[in-house]
Amino acid sequence: MSKLMLLGDEAVAQAAMDAGLSGMYAYPGTPSTEIMEYIQASRVASDKNIIREWSANEKTAMEAALGMSYTGKRSMVAMKHVGLNVAADGFINSAMTGVNGGLIVVAADDPSMHSSQNEQDSRFYGKFAFVPTFEPSSQQEAYNMIFEAFETSEKYKVPVLFRITTRLAHSRSAVEQNDEVKQNDFSLPSELRQFVLLPAIARKKYKGLLANYEAIANDDKFQKNNFYIDGEDKSFGIVACGLAYNYLAENCRREKCKHPVIKIGSYPVREDLLGRLKEECDEIIVLEEGYPLVEELMRGYPSSSYKIRGRLDGSVPRDGELNPNIVAKALGMNSLYGEEVPGIVRKRPPSLCKGCGHADMYNALNTALEEHGPGKVFSDIGCYTLGALPPFNAINSCVDMGASVTMAVGAADGGLFPSVAVIGDSTFTHSGMTGLLDAVIKKSPVTIIISDNSTTGMTGGQKSHATNRLESICEGLGVEKEHIRVIIPLRKNHDENTEVIKEELVYKGVSVIISQRECIQTAARRRKKEREKK
Amino acid sequence: MKNDIILSGVGGQGILSIAAVIGYAAVENNLYLKQAEVHGMSQRGGDVQSHFRLSDHPVASDLIPYGEADLILSVEPMESLRYLPWLSAEGWLVTNSNPFVNIPDYPDTGELMTEIKKVKNNLIVDADSIAREAGSGKAANIVMLGAASHFLELPVESIENAIRKLFGKKGTEVIDLNLKALHAGRDQFTN
Repeated sequence: MSKLMLLGDEAVAQAAMDAGLSGMYAYPGTPSTEIMEYIQASRVASDKNIIREWSANEKTAMEAALGMSYTGKRSMVAMKHVGLNVAADGFINSAMTGVNGGLIVVAADDPSMHSSQNEQDSRFYGKFAFVPTFEPSSQQEAYNMIFEAFETSEKYKVPVLFRITTRLAHSRSAVEQNDEVKQNDFSLPSELRQFVLLPAIARKKYKGLLANYEAIANDDKFQKNNFYIDGEDKSFGIVACGLAYNYLAENCRREKCKHPVIKIGSYPVREDLLGRLKEECDEIIVLEEGYPLVEELMRGYPSSSYKIRGRLDGSVPRDGELNPNIVAKALGMNSLYGEEVPGIVRKRPPSLCKGCGHADMYNALNTALEEHGPGKVFSDIGCYTLGALPPFNAINSCVDMGASVTMAVGAADGGLFPSVAVIGDSTFTHSGMTGLLDAVIKKSPVTIIISDNSTTGMTGGQKSHATNRLESICEGLGVEKEHIRVIIPLRKNHDENTEVIKEELVYKGVSVIISQRECIQTAARRRKKEREKK
Repeated sequence: MKNDIILSGVGGQGILSIAAVIGYAAVENNLYLKQAEVHGMSQRGGDVQSHFRLSDHPVASDLIPYGEADLILSVEPMESLRYLPWLSAEGWLVTNSNPFVNIPDYPDTGELMTEIKKVKNNLIVDADSIAREAGSGKAANIVMLGAASHFLELPVESIENAIRKLFGKKGTEVIDLNLKALHAGRDQFTN
């Protein structure tokens, strides 16, 4: 079969389509976005009628994927690592219900926080939920493992977690395709109470889940992803999880590693495999991208005198992503270094595009707030988070999707006035609406600015659920009509917009200002497409 | 054979098109490759880089180790210096001379050129002017690719084919312009 040149994300997407996917669900988030984008753009997906619309957030995506699985069909849901926090309720309880058709949950982690607010390791979610977890080390492995993940999911009737990280998600390499698997036919679960987690049923199901997890740890086929490669030098052995294996191989320079190595590609890992390394070697170095999950497991508690090295003893830095040089150092190997970066090289942080509507909104907000002093603005996740940087210095928080609204409510409770939230349109429909309902119910004195660029901008301009719906949503949630104001963020409207914001800042109830102008990147792409059509 | 390349610039300057051309040319020559890109927030006017690894053997790491890059190909002069820790002792630094100034404390251009010239093997190209002469300032990245093509282990014919493939949809005029830009860039260096 032909070879494709694919990003890790695209390899996951292509594999899912080839492996009989019927429904794909996601909310955009770096580094996971390209999975859904690839499937949306795919002619094959269109021919196969694969469902592939963005969801309002990761929780709705997770639950819709579970619903698709209920009908016996294969479904996949993809999100960035922090998206799994949003979807956690559905995810953990989907392990309890189990699945009908195969269900894969893709979590794309972002160690070193290239585009995220933390570097949480999703493998812990797999362990927490007793869900088998795959961790590929290459684009080809990612492709192949998706097939296996669906099979595992259907064999054990559990969802599976598929963990990738930024470097794999956004790195391109050749991928060879497998034969296609047909989509499953529609079929209801054989036991119609399977998905009813009433306590009496849940207790039974939980015992089943625990037994399942144990069985997977002893499933020979599943455990083939974890294997032992012998080496003559037993002074230390190496455990390499996921991508870390590549960095080890890089340092071995096409030769076989002198030391025994265990490569890990799926969890749970069979205990006797790790035990063998402990028996044969004097000490063990654990290399893993993310938190020290395997390292902690092997150390035990209280930690024994047996030497396990890794992130916990400083052999590998405690935080940040791995690279070939970090791994070389941990293994006591030499590595090169070019010249230092000259002192005149300055930092070049990301910035809002020239002509961005968020910038005009911040300029008006800053002027309106001058008389009230600093420290009044909660913000959220999106391009507009760059309002924290000069020249704006306009916001005081960025925590999680939707937190601007609810933190403004809480801070108002604590005496902050005016208390302002700045949230994007897509973030608002993701997780801001429920917070606004809280504010309305309490008549909280807050000013919510929805900076509406009619797209999900930061991840590359995906469709926003909020487009053309914001006024009616706010009205429906109970915001008084006269306190829903719409402004157009343009430099020529600065004075007028500042006045509107000033008026609403002093209102002792809920006001919403919708600052509405299309993202200039999306607009440019739209115009280009229109030109090409002509 | 291995060819480790760092492509650098500022978000929006088109380093991914350079990567796409090299990618097509590599596939035509049946080479193994891995190419790590930057997506997401840093694309908004921030510094961006791509690690591009070509080899006649399978490539293990998606990232180039420090001190092992054979080439830094930069479409912006200050950005070319940001990746010096990766450049090997015998590696080439090939950069556009035209600064992209979007920060208040951008360094003095003269000082930048002094630092670039300290690198043993350096090639500074006024890609913007050359691209305009070739027909469009937009082709500056292809001019840079042309200048750097001497240090790529790929036949120039394959790079030409790759350009035809990448710009195929846009018609012969755009293809010819980019081929002209490629060769104008290539003429900036003689072995």
